[in-house]
Amino acid sequence: MSDALVWLPRIIGSLLLVGLAIGISRWQKVGLERDMLVAVGRAFVQLIAIGYALDLIFGAEGPLWILLVVAVMAGIAGYTAGQRGQGVPGSKTVATVSISVGAALTLGLLIVLRVFPFSPRFVIPIAGMIVGNSMTVTALVMARLRDDLKLQRPQIEAALALGATRRQAANTQLHRALATGMTPIVDNTKTVGLISLPGAMTGMILAGASPLEAVQLQIIVMYMLIGAAAFAGLSATFLTYRQFFTAAHQLRLTED
Amino acid sequence: MSAKIAINDLNLSLTDRSPILRHINLEFTAGRITGLIGPSGSGKSTLLRCLNRLWEPPPAAIFLDDADITRLDVLTLRRRVGMLFQTAALFEGSVADNIAYGPGLREQELSPSWLAALLEMAGLESDLADKPATELSGGQAQRVALARALANEPEVLLLDEPTSALDPAATSRVEETILNLRDSLGLTVIWVSHSIEQVERTADEVVLLVAGQVVETGVPEHLLKSGHHLTEDFARGRL
Repeated sequence: MSDALVWLPRIIGSLLLVGLAIGISRWQKVGLERDMLVAVGRAFVQLIAIGYALDLIFGAEGPLWILLVVAVMAGIAGYTAGQRGQGVPGSKTVATVSISVGAALTLGLLIVLRVFPFSPRFVIPIAGMIVGNSMTVTALVMARLRDDLKLQRPQIEAALALGATRRQAANTQLHRALATGMTPIVDNTKTVGLISLPGAMTGMILAGASPLEAVQLQIIVMYMLIGAAAFAGLSATFLTYRQFFTAAHQLRLTED
Repeated sequence: MSAKIAINDLNLSLTDRSPILRHINLEFTAGRITGLIGPSGSGKSTLLRCLNRLWEPPPAAIFLDDADITRLDVLTLRRRVGMLFQTAALFEGSVADNIAYGPGLREQELSPSWLAALLEMAGLESDLADKPATELSGGQAQRVALARALANEPEVLLLDEPTSALDPAATSRVEETILNLRDSLGLTVIWVSHSIEQVERTADEVVLLVAGQVVETGVPEHLLKSGHHLTEDFARGRL
């Protein structure tokens, strides 16, 4: 067990950098010292806990553990994205379903296409990246759609009054929200490797893999994240807009 | 004279708040303009929105040509009963794009001759067709909204204070256009207005709504001399 914490001295070393940041915050009267200390403490506890948990799971047999971990990840991500999507009725449910759909489709396809084997060592970190990215996409889509539907309410009402279905009336807003959700990952993919080395391949290189092997993994990661963004984004777009309309093509009264 | 739209004991509450419409009983005569007036908060806009089910009324309360509107297909209803709002709420694109929107929903194209006819009906010059909707004056925009509504060939027009944001000249042109449409197309018009003077100029019949209840109905000249205390208060701006 003590072998596992072999990096501890290095962690203590990196704490010095946090100490310097706290010093700067104090000196410039930014007031973030307490937040930083909380962050340091939480990150340490949470990551060590996850590390031990993953250690256990990697040793366990059976797909149920993998699915459980992914489900917990999706639930927490859904809760977080749902908070950012406040103002959308049922935002936490919408976010959780969208992230789950994105994750399930992407992971499912990756395994069926034999891109990754179905083992904890691969699926859990990959799922982590997919869920994290889907969370961002979902939050962006929900916030954008919520704001646009509010801002453009007169046009949407006018469209409904001309005989549009809710889908037709919100058409422009739906397209814009989905574009907003997907643009970041597409932009990142265009510039990947030019500005900084992304996390997945950095991790592999640090662990001793050859750079060529590492970049191939990174390519797979970028491609799969585009797919995941599309699945989660599409799901979030359609689930969110329906929260604002009734089945009889009417705008719901929202608390303004 | 037949009732184009009949309202039969309509009561409506917005979710858990107090009732916004109470025991409304009204008949709107076909081919006539009915002015709907009352202080703000009296429920006029909500009543109007019930008529095309932008707000869902209870069943068996509102009838179009004797058919319960909650049992009609809502999309067809909204084509038969068109609406104009306080703001024109035009869509991106040109004037022609806006006017073609309604038919476009059913994948119907707007022929150049039909477009020209609609522009004329709305009192717009034919060379406005390609102009971007964002470059129109307030009065022009509202008339494009009118042409847009007319493209669906509605039987009824609901107007929710369509001139309240316009200057007097533009207001006058819109009023004239609506009066012409009543005469040429036999449109039934229900016109929520903030102005008694406007009602006197345009309406065949007028309804006074106060705190969600119908207080008076009648011909404009008689109503405003009726002596009912609420009518007098409204006329003097005391409500």
